Amino acid sequence: MLGLTKKDFSLLMLVVALTMLAPFILNPFPEGSAMAQFNAGYPDLMQRFVIFGIFAIGFNILFGLTGYLSFGHAAFLGVGSYAAIWMMKLLTTNIIPAMVLAVIIAGLFSLIVGYISLRRSGIYFSILTLAFAQMSFAMAYSVLTPLTGGETGLQLRNTDARILESAPDGGGISRANLFGLEMTSSYELTLGAWEFTFNVGYYIAAIVMLLAFYLSIRIFRSPFGMMLRAIKSNNTRMNYTGLNAKPYTLAAFVISGMYAGLAGGLMVAMDTQVGPERMFWTASGEVVLMTILGGAGTLIGPVLGAGMIKYMENIISKINETILHQWFAFMPDGIEDLMVTMVYPFIGKGWHLTLGLIFMGVVIFLPGGLVEGGQRIARLFGKGKAADAKDTQSTPAE
Amino acid sequence: MDAILLQILNGLDKGSAYALIALGLTLIFGTLGVVNFAHGALFMIGAFCAVTLSRIFSMSYTVIDETQTDFLGNPLKVDVPYIYDIFGQAAGEAIIDWSVPLSILFAIPVMILIGVIMERGLIKHFYKRPHADQILVTFGLAIVLQEIIKYFYGANPIPTPAPAAFAGSFDFGALVGFDPQTIIYPYWRLVYFGFAALIIGAVFAFLQFTTFGMVVRAGMADRETVGLLGINIDKRFTIMFGIAAAVAGLAGVMYTPINSPNYHMGMDFLVLSFVVVVVGGMGSLPGAVLAGFLLGILESFASMAIVLETLPGLNQIIIYLVAIIILLTRPRGLMGRKGVMEE
Repeated sequence: MLGLTKKDFSLLMLVVALTMLAPFILNPFPEGSAMAQFNAGYPDLMQRFVIFGIFAIGFNILFGLTGYLSFGHAAFLGVGSYAAIWMMKLLTTNIIPAMVLAVIIAGLFSLIVGYISLRRSGIYFSILTLAFAQMSFAMAYSVLTPLTGGETGLQLRNTDARILESAPDGGGISRANLFGLEMTSSYELTLGAWEFTFNVGYYIAAIVMLLAFYLSIRIFRSPFGMMLRAIKSNNTRMNYTGLNAKPYTLAAFVISGMYAGLAGGLMVAMDTQVGPERMFWTASGEVVLMTILGGAGTLIGPVLGAGMIKYMENIISKINETILHQWFAFMPDGIEDLMVTMVYPFIGKGWHLTLGLIFMGVVIFLPGGLVEGGQRIARLFGKGKAADAKDTQSTPAE
Repeated sequence: MDAILLQILNGLDKGSAYALIALGLTLIFGTLGVVNFAHGALFMIGAFCAVTLSRIFSMSYTVIDETQTDFLGNPLKVDVPYIYDIFGQAAGEAIIDWSVPLSILFAIPVMILIGVIMERGLIKHFYKRPHADQILVTFGLAIVLQEIIKYFYGANPIPTPAPAAFAGSFDFGALVGFDPQTIIYPYWRLVYFGFAALIIGAVFAFLQFTTFGMVVRAGMADRETVGLLGINIDKRFTIMFGIAAAVAGLAGVMYTPINSPNYHMGMDFLVLSFVVVVVGGMGSLPGAVLAGFLLGILESFASMAIVLETLPGLNQIIIYLVAIIILLTRPRGLMGRKGVMEE
């Protein structure tokens, strides 16, 4: 169906179900209970899940298929964001033109960067992309201030002169919309002790992500995707067979740049602001972490990785010492304090430490990421899953 | 003329730091073939060695001094570092004052130990894995090390002053015949440059003139053959990893008075150092040093007022710009060897 094999179609349907029911799935604990802080079903975080999911899916098309490790992907996200916010500032607060422009500009920018960077491979490629991204960051931060707002960044305001709209009264921050549907508006559903939020912005972003995901499945299964995989496994042999691999890698680079631009555009649509830190190299590092953590070269991996990192960033970092004391309150006092002291460095502000450790563990023991972990567990309980797993199995990237 | 000289001098101290870190990176890459993204973290740990030692020296107990009173008439509480009791007040004060240079002695064994543990415990298992995996695992390690330091020392920069003897500035202009006060240069930066030159010289001398160094160089050229000759090259490479870690650590120790150490200083330097290594040529030690100084000086020239008027923001991007141009025109970098990191 939809040009997919049965297995891919069921994967797609699974993702559709998960994203559409996310407000329920992510809010399993009743309001006010001790576990309520593990609820991730609030609009801001759910939007981030899917937006970074798009970013990671795009990154995976480059890294997972061709093995080229770009350390500067955040630049495309940032460029997309700036393009989108200017479209919203000057034309209309409707998000569609903004996103189209974000994708086009990010695509053009990645065409330039990719054309130059892809002349080299391996670590040199990583350093070149890193250099480009750092340059973009530095320029957005300083020289291009009239265009980027410098350190403070840009915000949508009601006072912006838009061609297609008359300015509403008063200053303040205006919101993006889709034909009048505001991104921030949401519908609250209360069922007993549970509260579920259905947010317009989230559903729009989720639908975009599903389209992006579908496209990535098609790319993975196409002859083009096959060619990219061939480049990853042995580029030299490709050259010897008389094939010029560069147009293919460049196409993959531009596609993944456009995905990043789309994610950047959506980010602006959701929070209507942008700053240069979005292009800093740590942001590029983050998408690498997401993809590897989930499983590079697999379809669902990047989305899982993005979800996991954003969940940790927002939920684990919120846990503080008092909450820990509550958790361990059932223990005798001495042991309680000991447990709190032992766990404390890994949560709250220390969540980066947990992230670093998990990441190292994944790279060392599970080069295929969480997806490989899942496959191993499935094989452990092996119900003829072995043949199934072989098909989607990832290979370590180079 | 004096402006040019001033920029060269300004570039030297940053260039020295780049050169030292890049030297360590290249040592690791040249010997073990590992791309070490945790090298910046080693630089940062070195800086925190200095912080730790100065804290140890200033550990003190409180005594009530009956001879002095505060403004309310109560006896004044005075903190007396333990070190005064051990060495006497004058010597104790001098030791605290000189804590940064003294940290060198403390940092060398610590850094070598950390380097060896890192190599044996983690990096060893990654020789056969692709470079992307090496980058990723050391990137993860860098995050972990950084967070551990943050947990113990907090997120704020910790000022660690140079000895009082080096606190002032040096009127360089007067020495070479310009007007006084046109070229002034802090003493400590001069010390840093001299120190970097010394370390770089020592590393090169070690590799060039000792038997150990000879074996290491032979191993860099052809690891397999050296191994077949019955030499335990792995053990020597592990020691070289320790030495590379020590070089990065010492660069960090001496950098503390110039820039107060914070937990992410390593990452800030790492990105630039990688660019330096690539510009110098992957695996080439002289290339790394040359590129380090060259880029440091170029960076300070690009931040001159005249340059910024015509090309605003050039100081922010010059290093990356140079890197892109070099990589595209001289794929092996300035002094890269043939066959290193070429698929």
